[in-house]
Amino acid sequence: MVSPMNAPQQTPRPAQTGSAQTSSAQTGLVQTGLAEPARAGFGAPAPAASPVPEPRMTARNVNLWYGQKQALFEVSLDIPKHQVTALIGPSGCGKSTFLRCLNRMNDTIEGVRMEGDIRLDGRDIYDRSIDVVELRQAVGMVFQKPNPFPKSIYDNIAYGPRIHGLAQDKAELDEIVENSLKGAGLWTEVQDRLDTPGNSLSGGQQQRLCIARAIAVSPEVILMDEPCSALDPIATAHIEELIDALRANFTIAIVTHNMQQAARVSQKTAFFHLGKLIEHDDTEQIFTNPRQSMTQDYITGRFG
Amino acid sequence: MPKEHIVSAYDTDIENLTRQIIEMGGLVEHQLAQCIKALTLRDIDLATRVMDGDDKVDQLEEEIDKAAIRILATRQPMAVDLRLVAMALKISNDLERMADYATNIARRAVSLADTPPVKPLYTIPLMSELAQSMVADVLDAYAQRDTTKAVAAWHRDKQLDEMYTGLFRELVTYMLEDPRNITACIDLMFCAKHLERIGDHACNIAEKIHYMMHGQRINRMPQAAE
Repeated sequence: MVSPMNAPQQTPRPAQTGSAQTSSAQTGLVQTGLAEPARAGFGAPAPAASPVPEPRMTARNVNLWYGQKQALFEVSLDIPKHQVTALIGPSGCGKSTFLRCLNRMNDTIEGVRMEGDIRLDGRDIYDRSIDVVELRQAVGMVFQKPNPFPKSIYDNIAYGPRIHGLAQDKAELDEIVENSLKGAGLWTEVQDRLDTPGNSLSGGQQQRLCIARAIAVSPEVILMDEPCSALDPIATAHIEELIDALRANFTIAIVTHNMQQAARVSQKTAFFHLGKLIEHDDTEQIFTNPRQSMTQDYITGRFG
Repeated sequence: MPKEHIVSAYDTDIENLTRQIIEMGGLVEHQLAQCIKALTLRDIDLATRVMDGDDKVDQLEEEIDKAAIRILATRQPMAVDLRLVAMALKISNDLERMADYATNIARRAVSLADTPPVKPLYTIPLMSELAQSMVADVLDAYAQRDTTKAVAAWHRDKQLDEMYTGLFRELVTYMLEDPRNITACIDLMFCAKHLERIGDHACNIAEKIHYMMHGQRINRMPQAAE
């Protein structure tokens, strides 16, 4: 089964926004090979002054309303390939709302209206031709609280590949399960008890199980919404280590309240405040010498 | 500095660290002034007091290290705060080196007090005046977070270097005139070299103040100086 996200390039809807950034989005569109295999080993530390990497996802002039209340204002942001982009900002700043726009999780929320243009590898993800289920296969998500299915460890991982028809037979499915658990750094801990319930694992293991579940369907992008906030420092370190390893094969966007975590795991950081994107730059720049005083006030703990 | 932190104890930590640097700077200024005085007045007692005073400087440096490490561990400073704490560590190191040079000058002052004066000293007091003014200005600049003042002091280093080169030639002439001058001239040469190095450390501090405030280095292009 060919997912529409991986299908050969359809003629994209012409960008409707007249923003100057549109051309770079279009360039990325041409260069981004949709069927390009994940390149392992690409995850070497991104040099600070790296040439602008190709965006995997682009958002342009995104506005969003919850009923009458506007939650996002003209947000334009690129999520570069094989990098970790951290979204930071105080509660209610719109970072999670924006993250959820990237795989249309806001569609399920009553009264949400969105404007703007969000693309994955150049394709408009809000286009009518897009199958949302397939989109969420391509753009997976890991939540704050580990939420394994009330099923065995094996079935937690196998569920996605089964419904997306990614495995021909049991052997192939076994392989996907094993590789996903290995990818999430959980295999050695659970290989002897794949039939035990997923929720019998510790919190940190459950979160890695959710990450394994997310990567089992071979997504392009993994969205993480506060993946460590319910975990102890050791489990957090495991997840951070994992995020760094996953970057070789996936593109990651992470929402975190932990500034040190954002500084450690990401290459790009975007700072949101009251629904606006205030500053977006190399992570090193943001945390050592941000350009905007509002960013500085926030990351140094001066927000009053 | 930007607004206050949400956690006011964090502000207190940073203020205390700044105060410690200023205190150490004040002590170094004093050491420097006294060693020059001992040198020009041929005052062995005073020179000895300068040498004894160095322990206090070292002790302050240790305290600053401790305070900075504690802030790093407890506050995980970011951006301007991070630069401030990191530069406190480096600035205290520069100050400690300056004090060492002051001690060395005091040591030379003791040895010079035993030998007949070579010639009336003109350049050494001029150099020390300039070096002292640079040190005073960078310390003011630090206390006031005034990068303009820091950069102005930084530019004066060139003048100090020129004085040193001039004095070097002058002393060589004296040594050629009469080899009995050599011991004293060598001592003076070291004193001049130490003053020149003190100026360099003052420059380092100016650079660190600039980085601390702006996150960028002072433009090192020589022509940009004027």
